Amino acid sequence: MHKLKGISFLDSWIMFKRCLLISLRNPEALLMATITPFFLMLLFGTVFGNIADVGSLNYIDFIVPGIIMQSLGQASQHSAMNVATDMTKGIIDRFRSMSISKSAVLIGHTGAGVVRNTISSTVIIITAFVLGFRPHGGFVDWLIVVALLTLVNIAISLIAVLCGLISKTPEGSSGLMFPLFILPFISSGFAPTDTMSGGIRWFAEIQPMTPIIDSIRALTLGLPLGNSLWIALAWCIAIIIIAFTAAAQVYKRRLS
Amino acid sequence: MTDNMIVVSDLKKSFKINRVLRNVTFTVRKGSIFALLGSNGAGKTTVVKILSTLMKPDSGNVTINGLDVVRQGYYVRECISLTGQFTAVDEVLTGRENLNLIGQLKRLNGVKNKVNEWLSFFHLQDAADRKVSTYSGGMRRRLDIAMSLMGKPQIIFLDEPTTGLDPQNRIAMWDLVKELAVGGTTVFLTTQYLEEAEYLADYIAILHGGKILAEGTPQYLKTIMPHRGAQLNFQSEEQAAEAMALLNENGITIESFEQKLPSLEDVFLALTDEKGGK
Ligand SMILES: Nc1ncnc2c1ncn2[C@@H]1O[C@H](COP(=O)(O)OP(=O)(O)OP(=O)(O)O)[C@@H](O)[C@H]1O
Ligand SMILES: [Mg+2]
Repeated sequence: MHKLKGISFLDSWIMFKRCLLISLRNPEALLMATITPFFLMLLFGTVFGNIADVGSLNYIDFIVPGIIMQSLGQASQHSAMNVATDMTKGIIDRFRSMSISKSAVLIGHTGAGVVRNTISSTVIIITAFVLGFRPHGGFVDWLIVVALLTLVNIAISLIAVLCGLISKTPEGSSGLMFPLFILPFISSGFAPTDTMSGGIRWFAEIQPMTPIIDSIRALTLGLPLGNSLWIALAWCIAIIIIAFTAAAQVYKRRLS
Repeated sequence: MTDNMIVVSDLKKSFKINRVLRNVTFTVRKGSIFALLGSNGAGKTTVVKILSTLMKPDSGNVTINGLDVVRQGYYVRECISLTGQFTAVDEVLTGRENLNLIGQLKRLNGVKNKVNEWLSFFHLQDAADRKVSTYSGGMRRRLDIAMSLMGKPQIIFLDEPTTGLDPQNRIAMWDLVKELAVGGTTVFLTTQYLEEAEYLADYIAILHGGKILAEGTPQYLKTIMPHRGAQLNFQSEEQAAEAMALLNENGITIESFEQKLPSLEDVFLALTDEKGGK
């Protein structure tokens, strides 16, 4: 009957399956999270594509990384809402009164978030291809892109879990996620930062979306990478560590 | 090992300036049914949360099965099971999936069979593969309790288990509680109903004003509680009048026609008066 304290991995895995099952019961949520970036891409790729000036690049090629970041933010709302729902319903008290590892609930939600985000980004990338996205990165470049996106995905999912823990209601939690939808627009995602002015340019250059987007763009279009990949990695790792620690703390404190 | 499953001494808990538990002390014997009786806001849920390791006490000692709830929470959680005041089920999952989840988390062997057993025990087989959001309140509550019973915990906490149940389901719940105790499980339940506590419990503690106002077996509490009269129903007013005349003739005075069980408020009044008068 005694369960070893160390087997928390299995608890996390069971929680992960639970969170996936909950998502499966609500496919509309994933659909909505994919539709917004899809229309964004359609709009930018067709209408604005003709007026935007991004040098020698094709505008659709240029905006794919920004749209992916947007879709990650959109899809993550559901992690935040699911966590907030758990926290406001009695189910969390049941989990907390059972001998399961404390972080299992958080890891389960993060994992399910990563899966949902991956599905939505994949749909976005396929749509991009249909609309004329023509990347020319090699196999290794793509491998790095996938690895980087996975890290970004984990970081954003953890931020979503944290938002879900902090907010008092499920609706409130998606409000907390709002900055994540806006950040891609104030970055190098839709226009080169040197076309921006003053404070906006300054902000666009220091915020994490820009090095992430620059790295993906450079890797997919065969442009010079510079040090943006290292900056992007540093941001991701820092966010993952901070968000996870904060989430674990809030989770512990939230109910005592 | 002693016979005491739960030992609570000098428990205190405040929320800001609201001193909910001022000094709570009681013990629960192994295999018994213990009822914590109190009105709305008395602090019953607070006690349950502290005992089930969900909340830390401000001070005082609480041990369960000889383990300290604050310092040995993980091991305490292995022998308890909580059914909170509000049902703790996943709405979007089916009843079967809910039970499965708990079975997996408790690492039970043969989860599938056990899930089926509990489903049929609580008459939920027909609804097993429907989303819980389509269940009635009584069905949810039964699923909730089934989830708590998976893995045969040694102690089960039931926070107001019959609130919101119809009379039929309430009686079924009472039978279940008795059955659990016969099987050796220690049952800690809270209730607002004197009647329920008297019928079910081996031992009752009344929580009022942050303290245990009175405690004892139902028989003992009856002796110290305000007297209760009988209610006689007649077929007609004439018959009632006749009966009254007869009683009067025999020197039995009638104070009033409708005397029921004392309400919890009456009990508090009587008991606090008694204590204050001393
Ligand atoms: N987390 C909390 N923060 C602040 N106050 C709280 C908290 N939990 C409970 N209280 C307060 O403590 C008091 C006792 O609450 P508790 O829920 O324990 O009562 P109860 O006996 O379970 O009542 P009920 O019969 O309504 O369920 C109430 O005044 C309540 O407002
Ligand atoms: Mg309560």
